[in-house]
Amino acid sequence: MKHIKTINEATLVKSVGSCVG
Amino acid sequence: MSRIHKFIKKDIPIVLDVNSGAVHVVDRLVFDILDYYPEADCGQIMDKLGGRYKTEEIEEGLEEIRELEGKGLLFSEDRYRDLAEQVTGSGVVKSLCLNVAHDCNMQCKYCFASQGHFKGTRRLMDKDIAFRAVDFLIERSGDRRVLEIDFFGGEPLMNFEVVQAVVEYGNQRAKNTGKKLRYTITTNGLLLDDSITDFINQNMYNVVLSLDGRREVNDRMRRLADGTGTYDMIVDKIRRAVDRRGDRMYFVRGTFTRCNLDFSKDVMHMADLGFKSISVEPVVEREDNYYSIREEDLEAIKQEYDRLFHEYCRRLGTPEEFEFYHFKVSLRQGPCVARRLTGCSAGNQYLAVTPEGDIYPCHQFVGDKDFIMGNVFEKKLDRGISERFKGVHVYNKENCGQCWARFYCSGGCHANSYKFFGDLNACYKVGCEMEKKRLECAIAVQVIRMLKEEQNDKTV
Repeated sequence: MKHIKTINEATLVKSVGSCVG
Repeated sequence: MSRIHKFIKKDIPIVLDVNSGAVHVVDRLVFDILDYYPEADCGQIMDKLGGRYKTEEIEEGLEEIRELEGKGLLFSEDRYRDLAEQVTGSGVVKSLCLNVAHDCNMQCKYCFASQGHFKGTRRLMDKDIAFRAVDFLIERSGDRRVLEIDFFGGEPLMNFEVVQAVVEYGNQRAKNTGKKLRYTITTNGLLLDDSITDFINQNMYNVVLSLDGRREVNDRMRRLADGTGTYDMIVDKIRRAVDRRGDRMYFVRGTFTRCNLDFSKDVMHMADLGFKSISVEPVVEREDNYYSIREEDLEAIKQEYDRLFHEYCRRLGTPEEFEFYHFKVSLRQGPCVARRLTGCSAGNQYLAVTPEGDIYPCHQFVGDKDFIMGNVFEKKLDRGISERFKGVHVYNKENCGQCWARFYCSGGCHANSYKFFGDLNACYKVGCEMEKKRLECAIAVQVIRMLKEEQNDKTV
């Protein structure tokens, strides 16, 4: 792709897996 | 509901696909197209951007956006609602905050625990209650193997004998039941000596050491009962504890208030003292207090996080590099969606125990009689309170369901919502705005790291 570089894949979709990401 | 969030950091345009977790670095063309897409069609976008970009460029950008959309990496849908109570609904207890001391040798002005006693009687937990709490945790842990006990207070080192006894007893009980207990402790550092430090370093999976930063900032809030500042009493002890800790986990953690909105200087001060794991948290206090953070402070705070971000990035890859708690975010995996929806699991998997053995949803609710769930000597917990907390997740919290940050902040702190609005599902806007700013910085830090890694791989 010329205009978009994907840094990571769909981690949340794949995961469907005291006092965040 | 916005399905993407876009922002620019260090001249890098970044797009987060909220529901898939995908992160993209884009050029200005795509960044601008996304101001209008998908509501506007191709012709309308041409009208808007035709003066800045060539027609074929816009068509190219749109084609790439649609390709990623087709792969579920842009404008993906939120299909997770059914998972919201999957994690907390198991009835298992994993983690106890053990308030071994409702007393403190400091009198910090902003202390949520009312200078250690939680609006009650100053008291230390005795061994019988502490051991019973360990038994309670193991009995309630179901199939979960790794359990956590966090020594807290007040100042837990004021009851060091019980801390030692709990570790010994807990290890024995864990061995007999096939469990593994991990211990952590949060201390103001005043009572640290080499013997206590070595015990902590041998037995504690994590240690949180309280320091607010520069001397004048620390001593404005963190004082002895007679008003004496504590910086000079604790800073060398904390440095020595960290030096002796080797590569084990620790955080030097401070609190910033309205009196030091230039808190990036405090973070840098702690980094320059040699600490490599640092956090500073905003004070959470009602607005009628002179040091509380207000909505009108948000712009200055956001600018300060930007200053911290730029200095943090400058130090990446140098000997001065350090870790700032809120600039860590895992883009490669992180917790699963079910966990992200529910956050800390207070009131269910995470509970707090007082010196009397009373059980509360978490350390922040201790002292509020409306939230007593039971006692470690009783068989039953108040399921009504557990159920209330089970229903507190991003799909039930006010504003969270529409927020781009919901899978990273998990709905924020329930205690803060309750403190400000008397409603666990309310939205503490000041906290939300700060969290979103920190998340943008954290995502950008990871993007910069990953781009650097890729560049290094290419040159090898």
